[in-house]
Amino acid sequence: MAHRVGMEVSIAVSHAVQLARAEAIAAYPITPQTHIVEHLSSLVANGELEAEFVTVESEHSAMSASIGSAATGVRTYTATSSQGLALMHEILFIASGMRLPIVMTVANRALSAPWNDHGDIMAEKDIGWIQIFVENGQESFDHSVMAFKIAEHHKVLLPTIINLDGFILTHVVEPLEMVDQETIDRFLPSIVPYHQLNPQKPVTMGAFAMPELFTEFKMAHQMALANSYDHILEVWREWGELTGRHYQPVERYRTEGAKIRLLIMGSLGEVAGVAVDEMRDEGLSVGLIKPRLWRPFPFKDLREAVAGADLLIVCDRAQSLGGAAHPVMAEVRSALYPLANRPQVLGYAVGLGGRDVQPQAFKDMVAHALNEIKQGPTEEFYLVGVRG
Amino acid sequence: MSKAWDQVTWQELEIGGVLTEPGSARAYRTGDWRSMHPVWDQQRCIKCGVCWTVCPEAGISEEADGYFEMNDYCKGCGICAKECVTGCIKMVAEEG
Repeated sequence: MAHRVGMEVSIAVSHAVQLARAEAIAAYPITPQTHIVEHLSSLVANGELEAEFVTVESEHSAMSASIGSAATGVRTYTATSSQGLALMHEILFIASGMRLPIVMTVANRALSAPWNDHGDIMAEKDIGWIQIFVENGQESFDHSVMAFKIAEHHKVLLPTIINLDGFILTHVVEPLEMVDQETIDRFLPSIVPYHQLNPQKPVTMGAFAMPELFTEFKMAHQMALANSYDHILEVWREWGELTGRHYQPVERYRTEGAKIRLLIMGSLGEVAGVAVDEMRDEGLSVGLIKPRLWRPFPFKDLREAVAGADLLIVCDRAQSLGGAAHPVMAEVRSALYPLANRPQVLGYAVGLGGRDVQPQAFKDMVAHALNEIKQGPTEEFYLVGVRG
Repeated sequence: MSKAWDQVTWQELEIGGVLTEPGSARAYRTGDWRSMHPVWDQQRCIKCGVCWTVCPEAGISEEADGYFEMNDYCKGCGICAKECVTGCIKMVAEEG
């Protein structure tokens, strides 16, 4: 069924979209997402993927065209990054409000600097989409296929973002197990539209809501996201049975009995894992928590993952300038607040704008945090490696 | 949607707020929020229809006798009163 190949992760993502038989792609190239849409455009031009490829003049139009295409009931894909995601901003709410199952890859990147961090997606955390983070090339491929099945599920019907770190993942050749077309076709049958623009049966989509209905509309959206959790897990379970690769909303690494736990999303999870191994060898009681599902927020899984820890070190790849905490730290600490027994939470922003992060950085964070909690933290949150 | 809007629960909303029946604009009386409305003096009205022509919201209807009246979509902008050839339209404040 599966064969192992060495492949650039961007190309693997575009093959996942090809294998998923995307029918419409509207995208504008932006570093570091470019290779994904370039390759998809070649696949369409060569007749290897039967899809409409719309070359738009901006990301605002890419998302608008994706909404139009998804509204007609075809399987719709797009990809972007950073400034491009920001340019989509207002349209992202419309896609999710209209409950259109668009799948989008976001090659995470800083705003106004071309290198990797999570500054782009953290500015879009409230758009009402399902949001998933991946750690490596294999996960990028797997989740790019699964996202369609999740988004299009009639009990879900929500647009879905797969976040993968720009450059660190998109531009790196990794060993991957591909899945053949026949298996994917069985896993992911053709889309069955729920509501559809169709002249034979006219409907109104995207009508505005008066104050009498807006609150109920938002509640329905909130509940759709909350209820999508079970179906996301159902799709992941099915993929696990098919491929042997199992995914959890919050992944844990060596957390058993660990008094100190690091928490991070995205590709730096692997680096942090190396640091955890080294610290364990040195006798430190350290484990690692890696949230995969960012929206809907996995409260139960997070609370289980921190149970028994005294100190939780949340590593963010973004800041909330002038805010109460770094973005992930703010949400994690808030989710743990109602618990009677909860760890002390310290937050560190790390690897901003593509600054390299080695395992030593996580060891330094643990040492710094242990020192800080002796007297009580000297700062609300920290910025790793800043000079001056 | 047969229920009044302010009675509909979130569970009853169609997914994505899709309207599956036509005519929702007709059901919504957009004139509800006007603060003024036009009143015609039929003694001076010459049934020329300028008010009907200049109304930007189709908020004026021609009656069977050829005179004109506002309908449920009049927002009370007053263009008809301003443009009326004989000056037979007065804008009057809404009551209540």
